[in-house]
Amino acid sequence: MMAEIVPLPRDRATSVPRSDNSGPPLAVRAHRLAEIAVAWALAGPALGLLVALFILPVFAVFAIALTDWQFGASTMSFVRFANFAEVFADPSFRVSLKNTIVYVLIVVPGTIVLGLVIALLIESGKCRAFYRAIHFLPFMATLTAMAIAWEALLHPTIGLLNQALSAIGLPTANWLRDENTVLPVLAVIGIWQNLGFAMVLFLAGLKAIPQDLYDAADIDGADLWLDRLTTVTLPMLGPVMMFVVIVVALKAFEAFDTVQILTQGGPGHASEVLLYTLYRESFQYLRTGYGAAVTIVFLVIVVALTLIQARVMDKRVHYQ
Amino acid sequence: MSSIVFDEIEKSYGATAVLKKVSLSIADGEFMTLLGPSGCGKSTLLRILAGLELQNAGTVSIGELPVDGIRPKGRDVAMVFQSYALYPHMTVGSNMGLPLRMRRLNAWQRLPVVGRLLPGTHATTRDIAAEVAKTAEALGIGHLLDRKPGQLSGGQRQRVAVGRAMVRHPAVFLMDEPLSNLDAKLRVQMRGEIKELHQRLGVTFVYVTHDQAEAMTLSDRVAVMLDGELLQVAPPQRIYADPDDRRVAEFIGSPKINMLEGIVQEHGRVAVAGATLNSAIGCTAGTAVSVGIRPEALHLDPHAGIESFTGSVRLVEHLGSDLFVHLDLAGQDTRLIARLLAERAPHISIGQTLHLASDPERILFFDANGHRIRRDHETRAASVAQLRELA
Repeated sequence: MMAEIVPLPRDRATSVPRSDNSGPPLAVRAHRLAEIAVAWALAGPALGLLVALFILPVFAVFAIALTDWQFGASTMSFVRFANFAEVFADPSFRVSLKNTIVYVLIVVPGTIVLGLVIALLIESGKCRAFYRAIHFLPFMATLTAMAIAWEALLHPTIGLLNQALSAIGLPTANWLRDENTVLPVLAVIGIWQNLGFAMVLFLAGLKAIPQDLYDAADIDGADLWLDRLTTVTLPMLGPVMMFVVIVVALKAFEAFDTVQILTQGGPGHASEVLLYTLYRESFQYLRTGYGAAVTIVFLVIVVALTLIQARVMDKRVHYQ
Repeated sequence: MSSIVFDEIEKSYGATAVLKKVSLSIADGEFMTLLGPSGCGKSTLLRILAGLELQNAGTVSIGELPVDGIRPKGRDVAMVFQSYALYPHMTVGSNMGLPLRMRRLNAWQRLPVVGRLLPGTHATTRDIAAEVAKTAEALGIGHLLDRKPGQLSGGQRQRVAVGRAMVRHPAVFLMDEPLSNLDAKLRVQMRGEIKELHQRLGVTFVYVTHDQAEAMTLSDRVAVMLDGELLQVAPPQRIYADPDDRRVAEFIGSPKINMLEGIVQEHGRVAVAGATLNSAIGCTAGTAVSVGIRPEALHLDPHAGIESFTGSVRLVEHLGSDLFVHLDLAGQDTRLIARLLAERAPHISIGQTLHLASDPERILFFDANGHRIRRDHETRAASVAQLRELA
């Protein structure tokens, strides 16, 4: 549409008769230069920040990953890919990677399903603002403080959960000190934290579905709860769903604070996740080169996942 | 049989009454248009008929059976929405096939993968696809079955929406402003197609619009609604030439009917805007009446007679065959618009003084409440016409 109304600068340039064979006239060239200058001036600040805060650090981290530098050391030597070889040979890194994947695989579906169910319940009921607010609170709250509250709840002897379980005669557990329960429990806390975020986005998505589509579904005979959900609600939530999946998956990959506060990766390596490994290697053991290699691996995984998700889901949720 | 009867339908949202005791009968196979400005309750009436909304009081019957407690699915109606309401994630074929899938396949057979393995699913799905293809061919969209609505033009989407309604042969077609999202040219074309569709299918159509041209060209009868009330139900020609109510006369017709305020005098004459009309209405002298004259009922009067209006030309609009003349009436602050044949009024210039007169038979009188005051022979003619329509 725009191209029909506003002629492109190039068209304008060629339509001006040339006075000599040294390119377009001076005025046109000056105009084009001015346009380029404006474009750079507008994009410049964002580009500068992106380079300074993201792209340069990535290169710096990659450079450090090729050395044996230790934080604070005055010397370092170039070791090529030795750090990467060590990362992949390290059994504790593999455990950490497996834990992270398990954690993500629990948190993402859990958050999506529960967030959607709660959004649908709130949408169909009363007191929407109240329920929306209380479910959104965990997302707003400082996770550090919340983690301490969770620790109290999960305490093996005086914790509310175990007291409640034993009161009704169910077996109790030392939730954060048992290697079979620690990762699922951390995942539940992760779900609890992200639930409100997913729910608020789903609520906004539900609001944007045109009533006409539900009316059409009623007339076409898709008037039962499940039929309406599969015919209208879920397909129309597609773009929101894609966004929530990507954001929650990234947040789950970055899980760190609950692990640091509640378990420090223990017992053994049962709750060690990628970001915690990275932190411990870099800042506790001060093996900066090795930590940088872990960071690069982490970055590659996250970027790859995002790209795959975006490519696959984009095709299926935007109905053009 | 798919006649429709609305019996004293009432509907209100909170304190706002949207429909006030609306009663309307629609014959089997009739094309009925609900016409009115936005907010008059016409769409609500249609949605109540479809079962998408519940009335507060009154009964709706389709085919002489009350349908009040019945969900839309069970009412055997199909609806075309203003927004078309196509499912954007489904292809044209799936959109059109959905009503059939929902009715002919059970919940298990509709499951994504498992459903296909169940007995009967394959044969039914094939039948549905064949029927969809047939309907699509009839509408000229057979080549679009694999596309998604987002890839279609407005006119094509419109056809898909009609196809989705047609495919299961409903007893009643409901259309809620189906043409208002199309450009002017396409609207005229689709109008013709809807008319043809009605003639071909022969089922009852209920059509909601605010566009009087659509109502006039498509309908067997038009129901004019305003503020939740039904003002008049009659064939298009009668709605235009013989309105029951001042508001109907004002809503129908473009440019708008000229409305002048007059006073009844001796011998049934009416003094209005400097002219004295021979009205032959039986009102007592001194009664205030409104006088309605359609622009095309006015003609140039070379000799300023007692029944002609005199004024100076304010504006002339040329429309090829016709021209609209806006006249500031002498000594009045009202303006008269006349639609004159171009060849009969060749040289009219702004500021010129003109005399316009109307055929007395084409002048409409309304009382202070907006009700039509008919002359004796008009009342007789109107009741004869009504009897004929009922028969």
